[in-house]
Amino acid sequence: MAQTGTVSGQVPALEGWFTWPPSARPALLGSRCKKCGDYFFPPVGVCRNPNCMGTEVESVQLSRRGKLWTYTINYYQPPPPYVAPTPFVPYATAAIELEKEKMRVQGMVASGVNLDTLKIGMEMEVVLEELYRDGEGRQVISWKFKPV
Amino acid sequence: MREVAIVGIGVHPWGKFPGKTFVDLAQVACQRALEDAHVRWTDIQLVVGGEAPYVGVPGMQAGSTISERLGYHGVPCVNIWNACATGGYTLATARAFISSGYCDIALVVGSFMAPGGFFGAQSNDPNDVDAQRFRVLGMTNPSMFAQEATRRMHDYGMTHFDLAQVKVKNSKAGTLNPYARYRREFSLEEVMNSPMVAYPLHLYEIAATSDGAAAVVVTSLEKAKQLTSKPVIVAAFSGPSPSYPNTDPGWYTNYFGGDSTVNTPAAEPHAKAVARGAYEEAGLGPQDLSLAEVYDLSTNLELDWVESLGLCPPGEAEHLLRNGDTAIGGRIPINPSGGICAFGESIPAQALLQVCEITTQLRGDAGPRQVQGAKVGLSINRGLGGNTSAVILKR
Repeated sequence: MAQTGTVSGQVPALEGWFTWPPSARPALLGSRCKKCGDYFFPPVGVCRNPNCMGTEVESVQLSRRGKLWTYTINYYQPPPPYVAPTPFVPYATAAIELEKEKMRVQGMVASGVNLDTLKIGMEMEVVLEELYRDGEGRQVISWKFKPV
Repeated sequence: MREVAIVGIGVHPWGKFPGKTFVDLAQVACQRALEDAHVRWTDIQLVVGGEAPYVGVPGMQAGSTISERLGYHGVPCVNIWNACATGGYTLATARAFISSGYCDIALVVGSFMAPGGFFGAQSNDPNDVDAQRFRVLGMTNPSMFAQEATRRMHDYGMTHFDLAQVKVKNSKAGTLNPYARYRREFSLEEVMNSPMVAYPLHLYEIAATSDGAAAVVVTSLEKAKQLTSKPVIVAAFSGPSPSYPNTDPGWYTNYFGGDSTVNTPAAEPHAKAVARGAYEEAGLGPQDLSLAEVYDLSTNLELDWVESLGLCPPGEAEHLLRNGDTAIGGRIPINPSGGICAFGESIPAQALLQVCEITTQLRGDAGPRQVQGAKVGLSINRGLGGNTSAVILKR
């Protein structure tokens, strides 16, 4: 179970969606149905397989690495609740394919990555990074993807 | 179950109309549809209205609000929201009421006043994935369409020229459509030089958001034959939610991730399933289509639709485009109305607009846009929340 609350002035952007507190090997947290074994991300409370509908799911760390399946580079600032850095900097939103779980998950690409080097099929890994600072000056932390 | 036919259509032009409300636009579309049908408002026995989002309670119950504007006369109003599929669902609902014998004549309407720019989040609720995708992924709707485009470039070699050419083709059709918002021809250069919004999509390759309204009068086929010499039969409706496992990475569903195929192979792609359902009900196939109106929220999506409709094998839609097969005058015109490229999107009205165009074509009234000998048309769309609809109309 992910810890809640602040750790050194940091909060997770979405509680229970990734390992917390921050560590050297962060991972997304998915759910796995105890009855049928299917994986889900974002986490679920009950199994979403319509042929199972099991009511017991467990939190599992998903594979930390995956292959870039697709991406886009956003050049226009989205509306709130997106919090834009000043100045706004183009960023990428990417889907990576996880081998073991046979599923695709989304995330921003980590800052500082040269977006021209993104190539479908390249190996990426989960990292944690500041998304923005909240009203109380705390770092809101989210998962992102970075080329290995 | 009785057959149901369209006897009247009405459109308020798409554009931007500051100072008006969605009710004003709906009133125009409804009055035109009633006149076209030669039916009085008080003959209508059922109203089905698509919700107008972002404008509070009157929009949530748009059918009722519009009925009040036209003058309540004691008939049921059904109010429906199925995202971009709303128009198809409103028509399907009216069709179901009529075909069951509950009533004979219905008015179906969708109308919308669009906010400018990106459609944004509706709440700050941590449980609202639609809000969280903006905050945590920075994922707008164009971001999503753009991810699909990047993948299509990888899978099938779609080029920046192809992305632009869809807009060029549809803009040409738009010059022939008095209801379109954009009625000038765009050149390949200006589309490719328009600002990049979400790679690989340029501004002019992405749907604008527009104000607009469309309405349709539908009746039993028996009644339709009394009212018009050109009834257009609603031959099929298909509107499935996605099937499990859906391997798209959250597109149109939860935004954050796709289903796992660790135990079960991927289900049929959603877009293909919605088309197949319509063909099956109508007892028709892609070879029977005279034309199709498909949801070009961005230009790459039109190419995907051509394949989901079974009009060519996967990866070949670009060839049809480049050969002119999907232009007016080509083998299988796609979006002869000008599509969302020429209109912009008016969410609850758009699918009804598709239906109005197909009806116009099947009646032989499309003038310079006319698809010769049009007999069968298909309208198809896809939106957030796994909402899709397809309707087949025939003479």
